[in-house]
Amino acid sequence: MRIDGHGRTGTRTVSFTFDGKSYEGREGDTLASALLANGVRLVGRSFKYHRPRGILTAGSEEPNALVTIGKGAARVPNVRATQQEIFPGLAASSQNRWPSLSHDVMAVNDVAAPFLGAGFYYKTFMWPRKFWEGLYEPIIRRAAGLGALSGKSNDEPYEKAFAFCDLLVIGAGPAGLMAALTAGRAGADVILADEDLQMGGRLLAEVEDVDGVEAHEWVSETLAELAAMPNVRMMTRTTVTGAYDQGTFGALERVSLHAAPGEAPRECFWRIVAKGSILCAGALERPIAFPNNDRPGVMMAGAVRSYLNRWGVSPGMRVAVFGNNDDAHRTARDLAAAGVSIVAVVDSREDAAPKGDFPVFAGSHVVDTAGRLGLEHITIRTGEHTRNIRADCLAISGGWNPTVHLTCHMNGRPVWDEQLLSFVPRPGSIPGMVVAGAANGVMSTRSCLTDGVRAATEALQALDLAAPDVAVPEAEDRAYAIEALWSVDGPRVKPSARKWLDFQNDVHVKDIKLAAQENFASVEHMKRYTTQGMATDQGKSSNVAALAVLADATGRGIPETGTTTFRPPYVPVSIAAMGAGSQGMGFAPQRLTTSHGPTVASGAPMIEAGLWYRPSYFPKPGETTWQQSCDREVAMVRNSVGVCDVSTLGKIDIQGPDAAAFLDFVYANTFSTLKVGRVRYGLMLREDGHVMDDGTTARLGETHYVMTTTTAAAGLVMRHLDFVAQVLRPDLDVQVVSVTESWAQFSVAGPRARELLNTVLDQPIDDTAMPYMGCGPVQVSGVPGRLFRISFSGEMAYEVAVPVGYGESLYRLLAAQAEVMGGGPYGMEALNVLRIEKGFITHAEIHGRTTAFDIGMDRMVRLKKDCIGQAASRRPGLLDEDREQLVGLKPVHAGGKLTAGAHLFEQTAEAVRENDQGYVTSVAPSPTLGHMIALGFLKRGRARHGEVVRLVDHLRDVETLCEVCDPVFFDPEGGRLRG
Amino acid sequence: MARLIAKSALMGLLPVTVGGISLTEVETGPVTSIAPFKGQSRAVSAVLKERVGLRFPPVNRAVAAGDVRLIWAGKGRALMLGAKPEGLEGLAAMTDQTGANAVLRIEGEAVEDVLARLIPMDLRSTVFKTGHTARTMLAHMQVSVTRVGADAFEIMAMRSMAGTLVHDLEQAAKGVMARRALG
Amino acid sequence: MRIPCPVCGVRDRREFTWGADALALDRPAVDAGEVAWDDYLHNRENPAGPTRDLWYHDACGTWAVVDRDTVTHAVHGSSLAETARAGKAAAGKGRA
Repeated sequence: MRIDGHGRTGTRTVSFTFDGKSYEGREGDTLASALLANGVRLVGRSFKYHRPRGILTAGSEEPNALVTIGKGAARVPNVRATQQEIFPGLAASSQNRWPSLSHDVMAVNDVAAPFLGAGFYYKTFMWPRKFWEGLYEPIIRRAAGLGALSGKSNDEPYEKAFAFCDLLVIGAGPAGLMAALTAGRAGADVILADEDLQMGGRLLAEVEDVDGVEAHEWVSETLAELAAMPNVRMMTRTTVTGAYDQGTFGALERVSLHAAPGEAPRECFWRIVAKGSILCAGALERPIAFPNNDRPGVMMAGAVRSYLNRWGVSPGMRVAVFGNNDDAHRTARDLAAAGVSIVAVVDSREDAAPKGDFPVFAGSHVVDTAGRLGLEHITIRTGEHTRNIRADCLAISGGWNPTVHLTCHMNGRPVWDEQLLSFVPRPGSIPGMVVAGAANGVMSTRSCLTDGVRAATEALQALDLAAPDVAVPEAEDRAYAIEALWSVDGPRVKPSARKWLDFQNDVHVKDIKLAAQENFASVEHMKRYTTQGMATDQGKSSNVAALAVLADATGRGIPETGTTTFRPPYVPVSIAAMGAGSQGMGFAPQRLTTSHGPTVASGAPMIEAGLWYRPSYFPKPGETTWQQSCDREVAMVRNSVGVCDVSTLGKIDIQGPDAAAFLDFVYANTFSTLKVGRVRYGLMLREDGHVMDDGTTARLGETHYVMTTTTAAAGLVMRHLDFVAQVLRPDLDVQVVSVTESWAQFSVAGPRARELLNTVLDQPIDDTAMPYMGCGPVQVSGVPGRLFRISFSGEMAYEVAVPVGYGESLYRLLAAQAEVMGGGPYGMEALNVLRIEKGFITHAEIHGRTTAFDIGMDRMVRLKKDCIGQAASRRPGLLDEDREQLVGLKPVHAGGKLTAGAHLFEQTAEAVRENDQGYVTSVAPSPTLGHMIALGFLKRGRARHGEVVRLVDHLRDVETLCEVCDPVFFDPEGGRLRG
Repeated sequence: MARLIAKSALMGLLPVTVGGISLTEVETGPVTSIAPFKGQSRAVSAVLKERVGLRFPPVNRAVAAGDVRLIWAGKGRALMLGAKPEGLEGLAAMTDQTGANAVLRIEGEAVEDVLARLIPMDLRSTVFKTGHTARTMLAHMQVSVTRVGADAFEIMAMRSMAGTLVHDLEQAAKGVMARRALG
Repeated sequence: MRIPCPVCGVRDRREFTWGADALALDRPAVDAGEVAWDDYLHNRENPAGPTRDLWYHDACGTWAVVDRDTVTHAVHGSSLAETARAGKAAAGKGRA
């Protein structure tokens, strides 16, 4: 109910719906405060037993009030109603209930509860085994759960961003505000982040004075001063979710979740890099375990004060309070002042004194509650006697847990504090982090303000900045008085009663005791066995009490029992935020060649080659399959001329007095003997003697070479060359620069290649001017370019290169001229067939496990004194004649099918692993030869040409008898490529 | 005989305007990578000083004199834009890179916020001043970023990635502008 | 994780590629024999604590020797691989 004259929400009303029903709230309301203002107490069903649950807290730790926001593809499940701000048109719905929240048929689980205790699924559904996946698991999944995603692609915008600062202040309560103020005045570059929509922390929720004015007014003044500082950046609605190495923090900002979906990012995932940090994350109030403590209407005492003092809402009109510390009394005091009836203050401490005009029951406990869908009355016990009291809200406080989570993200373990009865951070757990305020176990407002200044002063010192003198404002400074109370036991507590610890996962005290009894006594085992502390709230409210119960059940102290490991993220982070920008086009850069436009325009389907897009084939009218186009393109290259964009190959410029020596070291074969104006095939090994890459390298001048790499290995080879130049051979004077992007390069291949080329060259060439494996500068239609006489097809072929800006123009010219001559462009499919017909290898063959010996190039290495891979390549195992060696394969019978990835066996041997003789790496339907051909590796293959082996593909169910042959199927003498 | 026509890397992709953010292609003129050979850095710098009035730029810096610019471009390497280097034969490896990069200028009051969505570096004006340059990443791309004014940066990426570069910047700018419109 | 590039300064880890253990700097002579090459190619310490390895700063093309700690994740510093190698060569000559 809204209490007039209380709270600081706006006056404008905001309409929203919950489970289809319309409500009105006020500007500044969260969904939780607005529902409470409307008297809605039942907001969800519990995970396992489908028990009715209400709002417990007023913050991100909320275990119960999880709702689904929005509809359709973009709907978001498991949103905490305590953080969701209302906006006009907000549509929220409850979760994990059917058909409705008040009539949930799965509530039958609660009746079956005796069979569903901790570890029930490990015990109950073990037999028969096959029933698990088919029957039990789907049923359990349907019955137990949180909200569900839409299963559709969500197109709403999300965002990622980076931020940098000297000091990151996490949390803007009294400690955080003073820390930011101190650091800001010192001139430090500060980010102040707080997960609330308003900064101020508990000061927004309490009735007290700071510096002689109401606390919230002091907050406003302080925020105004901070906002005026150009060196302070304030981030509201931003939860710091993780602390990582070298001062990196993750943070989730709810950018526009408080407004109707639009163009703005819904959330932003920040990486904040800070030289130092101050953690002022405050503390979380913890419940007390007593029978039926989970009914809607049972709430945290501090949250009740938040709703009253900040939002002007009282969650009940007859409120009882139960606690073990003085904070509980503050709730009674504030509510009484607002005219709410306080029916009882139940304090477990014998010496609790009345603090206002309401009944206080000292040395008493709540031992039961009643009410079907919400609290109706409570039972309190004083000594041996019990009495029932009518109440629609019970505010509970079991004390406060400092929010130590971030200090544990790098293996830090918190320390048990006997006075506070809670864990406090271990200093130095995160390098560069200072902890202050309630997060540091400092509880009064005045001491939090003081601690904030102290922390900032320490952090500034580490940054070599002088801390200014900052006066600490006067404020409330009471001692924190608490006695241990985790679970209510003793007389009048029914032995069968369930005392809930983890509301989200339906874990109660007996579950923990059962875990201990069944020897899941380690805290990490207990967690997995009971599910205590799992799911969206990660046990923020319940973990410490559960530890205390486990400690008691195992006869250990709490410090010896220890905590489970707090890992990032502190609050759930949507995958959409973490993956923001990486959908669709953002997934990976698209690399397009200069011929991309005309290629796509001609109807060629593109395939991805690494990041590059290359044409698969160029369909002509009447061609309906890729193979028809491919066959035509192969024939075109063999009989006339074809044009192919080969700009994607890596191109590396190598210059310097030691360029030749460098290449001799990098390649298995020799380049210092290569003449200027000539090109040579080069084989590059890894240091372990296996093939890394291959390509051609041209000598443009005495001290100038240009290397080509395969498309796939371009980046790898560049890194490798830098490695050689800097790590292995810094003695060599050489410079290595990638020129892949500088040149557009086209292969012109076929018997009429020279003829075509001469239509675009300013000075025609002949075989003398440009012999096989020659290279040199040329003028290409007025532009200085380069020409290389190299072939990957077995035909007379050239690669002509022009500065990249001219690429599209040259491509259009070559393609058009080729078509006039009965040729045309060819794609990757034809390129692949052409090279397999010639036995040229690619990374299908040099796949990382093949050596120079395996591909028949061992002689290249043998002659070297030293080069990368030379020493290791001589190991006997790598020269064993028994190794699988490169061979060609062709079907014995017409029409025989060959498949890549198939294995090879002797004709009559059973096709099992023990009999494996080798495997197929590349296959092609050869229009030139009229049958399929393949490259592969076969044991002692070079000595087995002419032998018949059996190809078996278990996956595609193919068996073909093949003849082993030389890998060069076509024109083995190479007459064609010499033209 | 036909003459070849040059096409710039961002032709057809730019200009683009998103709110107060504008993306325009930069006409660089000739671009040459200059990498001094061992022990030649001083000599290279002296020649450059004499010929174009600029020393070889220090790490993370870009310098300009008239239409000629030198931008540090990685370990032991700088790019000369606007003119072809002369007199460096034998002193440095020179490699023509004209057209190899998509070069754009991004400008607008919110430009730092836009780049903060994509680049994992502190580019705020207090840290990264006019004339500062860096080799870094923009989303998944290797780029060179140079501050060329109070609200303006120049970004170079591989030419083949021009489309992705524009896409990523445009998306980031849309997000920043829409966020600002929230108030 | 952030790594200091000896050329550019401290940068986000995403700008780097891990390369090799720092013993890659100590490449044996081609005829150093099987044991030396086996150690160089295959045998690695797996230290809990200080470690040295080589990282490539893809952004600027620098190979760096990075000193870090596998337990605390602290990164203590880095230096140019180029000069680390030169330093070793000079020291080697000094002993000879």
